Amino acid sequence: MARAALALAAVALAAIGAGAAAAQETANGEAIYSRCAACHALAYDRTGPRHCGLIGRRAGSLPGFDYSEAMKRSRLTWDAKTLDRFLADPMKAVPGTSMGYAGVKDSKERADLIAWLREAGSAASAECRNRPGR
Amino acid sequence: MSFLAFANDPALRASRRAFLGKSGFVLSGAAVALLAGRDALAAKAGTSAEADVRILNTALGAELEAVAAYQVGAESGLLAKPALDLAVTFQGHHREHADVLAKTIARLGGRAVSAKAKYTFPVETLKSQADVLRFAAMLEKGAVSAYLGAVPVFGDRDLAKAAASILGDEAMHWAILRQAVGEAPVPSAFVA
Repeated sequence: MARAALALAAVALAAIGAGAAAAQETANGEAIYSRCAACHALAYDRTGPRHCGLIGRRAGSLPGFDYSEAMKRSRLTWDAKTLDRFLADPMKAVPGTSMGYAGVKDSKERADLIAWLREAGSAASAECRNRPGR
Repeated sequence: MSFLAFANDPALRASRRAFLGKSGFVLSGAAVALLAGRDALAAKAGTSAEADVRILNTALGAELEAVAAYQVGAESGLLAKPALDLAVTFQGHHREHADVLAKTIARLGGRAVSAKAKYTFPVETLKSQADVLRFAAMLEKGAVSAYLGAVPVFGDRDLAKAAASILGDEAMHWAILRQAVGEAPVPSAFVA
């Protein structure tokens, strides 16, 4: 009985720990996203396209946004793997992209940023639900 | 060589026309490098000039948006002096950045992007002077990061240096805006 209780407590602690780690990851990701604020927003297009609905979207496919030909031809679909590669070195991943930026070189920072984009950019997030023109 | 030097050098204008007539935009980048007195760079300029123009155009698009954002702030009725004066001054800097970026793009043989007919800003969230200043600070911080990310990828190191000059100006804007809303003006020893 005591052993079962201990095991349950360990599982609960692990779950709490994982939740805290995930929360930390997304908090870090939000801070890293502030580097993108000259050109991007979650809910509306700016110099760069909006990020609501980014995960799962085909690159260069938002109607009305003026993408580079390189991005339209990239045949990428944004997921953790493609975003990681693009964010590490945008101009190498998609030669000819308009995103003239050296990249996020730290893999942990990229992972945190992608985790945050997944959460904040989901259709269920408050900012995406209430985005202008929706 | 600064953006202003790139933009205003009449010799470059003549060289650009001559080169464009023959070989287009790539050689115009080489002409820029030759005029800067860096023959080695000019010799290998090639494809990097086209990439430099793309970077400059992205920066220009963001600067034009910043001008529009400060206009929204200035016309919001939420800014009182001296914050209003700050906003107008900073808007003027962004306009100067935009002007010289556009001229530099043209001198390199590229086509500068124009201001959009309409920009979207989260005006519904701006209800006080502090809201407007924080929004401006967020944009300026983003601009610092954007230029920081652009500096190392310019093919032409003189353009990188000039971009760093703009980065310094945006960083000052960011610090002053933070100070204006009661935050530590310089939150850390490094920017990212």
